[in-house]
Amino acid sequence: MPKRDEMKQPYDRDDAAIYDAQEAWQKECLEPELSATGEWTDRFETYSGIPVQRLYTPSDANNLQYTQDLGFPGQFPFTRGDSATMYRGAPPRIYAYSGCPTAEQTNARYKHLLAQGARELIIASDLPTQIGYDSDHPLAKGEVSKIGCPINSLADVEAIFEGIPLDKVFVGAQANANSVVMFAMILAAGEKQGVPLEQMKVLVQNDVLKEYFARGTQIFPPKAGLKLSVDCLEFVAKRHLKFMVPILYCGYHIREAGGSAIHEIAFTLSNAAAYIQEFVNRGLSVDELPPPRSLFVAGLDLFEEVAKLRAFRRMWARMLKEKFGATNPRVLAMAHTCGSQASLFTAQQPRNNLVRGTIQALVQVLSGAKATYIATMDEALSIPTEESATLALRTMQIVHNECGLLGTADPLGGSYYLESLTSELEQRALKLFDEIEAMGGAVAAIEQSHQLGQIAKEAYRQSALVGSGERMVVGVNKFQVNETRPVEITRVDRKEEARQVEKVRSLRAQRNSAAVEKGLEQVRQAARMGANVMEPVLQAVGAYATMGEICGALREVYGEHR
Amino acid sequence: MPLHGSELMTRQRPIKVILAKPGLDGHDRGAHVLTLGLRDAGMEVIYLGIRTPAELIVQAAIEEDADVVALSCLSGAHEYHFPRVAELLKEAGVADVLLLGGGVIPAEDIPLLHAAGFKAIFGPGATVQEIAIFIQEHVRE
Repeated sequence: MPKRDEMKQPYDRDDAAIYDAQEAWQKECLEPELSATGEWTDRFETYSGIPVQRLYTPSDANNLQYTQDLGFPGQFPFTRGDSATMYRGAPPRIYAYSGCPTAEQTNARYKHLLAQGARELIIASDLPTQIGYDSDHPLAKGEVSKIGCPINSLADVEAIFEGIPLDKVFVGAQANANSVVMFAMILAAGEKQGVPLEQMKVLVQNDVLKEYFARGTQIFPPKAGLKLSVDCLEFVAKRHLKFMVPILYCGYHIREAGGSAIHEIAFTLSNAAAYIQEFVNRGLSVDELPPPRSLFVAGLDLFEEVAKLRAFRRMWARMLKEKFGATNPRVLAMAHTCGSQASLFTAQQPRNNLVRGTIQALVQVLSGAKATYIATMDEALSIPTEESATLALRTMQIVHNECGLLGTADPLGGSYYLESLTSELEQRALKLFDEIEAMGGAVAAIEQSHQLGQIAKEAYRQSALVGSGERMVVGVNKFQVNETRPVEITRVDRKEEARQVEKVRSLRAQRNSAAVEKGLEQVRQAARMGANVMEPVLQAVGAYATMGEICGALREVYGEHR
Repeated sequence: MPLHGSELMTRQRPIKVILAKPGLDGHDRGAHVLTLGLRDAGMEVIYLGIRTPAELIVQAAIEEDADVVALSCLSGAHEYHFPRVAELLKEAGVADVLLLGGGVIPAEDIPLLHAAGFKAIFGPGATVQEIAIFIQEHVRE
């Protein structure tokens, strides 16, 4: 940093001179070139449909106030990063979202992933688990073990983390409508290992609102879903569990359901506003909110994607400060988790996806994401093979360690184009956010299918752009080759479902049924009274009440969505 | 079964498609895109949504006198749900409907699904246009 009295007048202050020079450039340089050679299309726009100018200059950024709009990493409004040292303090962490057909296989996979350099383990559970049905429920038929590990009781979570010390390893679960139960099961598994709650680092996705319009594992009506999500936040805040991440504010699924980058950040912020409002309605201070962490995709429109995460950090900080009056920097600073926009991975010429993954890994680091994950090249075709999973891991490790990206915070910050896009995304997203606020907030909008309608329309627009060839996708609408596309699913043994059914039935026969019934009754009572259900759910889980039984008790009180 | 009748009627009206996701899978981006895309191709599409029980799909197919029943599943549970819908359709005496499937479906399952009555299975990379053309070419006359 130069000394203050040695500083020159920053050149971009001289707006009039730049403006005049740009006019002259247009006349003398641009126009002759345009009339001689023209441009190959008249439509340049970002992935999300924001028109892209031919050139960005200081004039495009002249409404930007450096200290107010960009500031410094680790300080309001956090545009340039959520911490002061960024990757000099700690390199990006690689997380793994994984689950095998049985708890024992999942345990073995996790040990392998930890040995290969993964730093956070997120349990992928099967659909019956996510929707609160045990393996022997009639609606679970055909779905048990299919897309992840079935988790019927605490016994399954104990087996998943057998030999994985929960005071050292950061673990979590993709659990939303069933989050209170899954959270309690992981905490109980830690206690069984002798780890005090205060030392555990547990993440639970717990962003249930997006399920109603982007992911589809909702159970209860939206108001009850919101209530249960905030039960996890309140539990963590009141117990002062400072390493817990009791919610991951998710844009990821909004984007993968077909929304644009603008929907992704707008709807995430709007859902977050609903959780925070419910949190403060319970008499908690917004400054007690557990430190926020988000999950977004890294797409392939590099500048728009980097702008998106920067814009969201700024929007988050501004909303928390202006709407909720937060002053705690730990609450104002949003730490991003960034996954892969895997829907951009093609079934055609699947090796091309390695290149797409590399660019997404680059986006993640240029955005300042704290935890990252990219999809495997066979994403469109199958559950990852060991080779493809290792290649994805190595891709991130190369981008993180061989490309000189960790030394300075927000390296693209200050680019006229990037700053212009950051502001544009913020403005467009705030417009969508305000629309939802005017409808009465996220829950009211969900009840009117507002977000779902917008996402479906955008998904169709994207599909039409590819269908018409207006957007080139290599191997799909251009540069195709004749190829057979074998779809290989890591076939789940058809007998696995029967084994899981047998397992949960024998668990029910062996446990203390009076303790289970007592636990379930306390869950029902807490739910009926509108009290926080976390403590009774912990009790019930400890008595080996099942996922299906506890969610069933809650279904009795709240009913089901639709 | 109000409309189950004359060939003339079926020819004169737009092709009617019942689209549904049986099972617990909630990934319905493809279903939404297909709904809008087939409508743009001039068809009438009724999307029944996620987690639709097989019985309801069959009931809708009968009540609407559908020309096409299209099922989507990305969770791998197609192996249970798809043949079950086909079976219930047969039991209900619906024989002339064009039955289609889509999702992440391994090649080795496709012959079984064909045998169960599925005319085509569309996998990853299939386009709306390709599906629309297939329907127009294969729907009952």
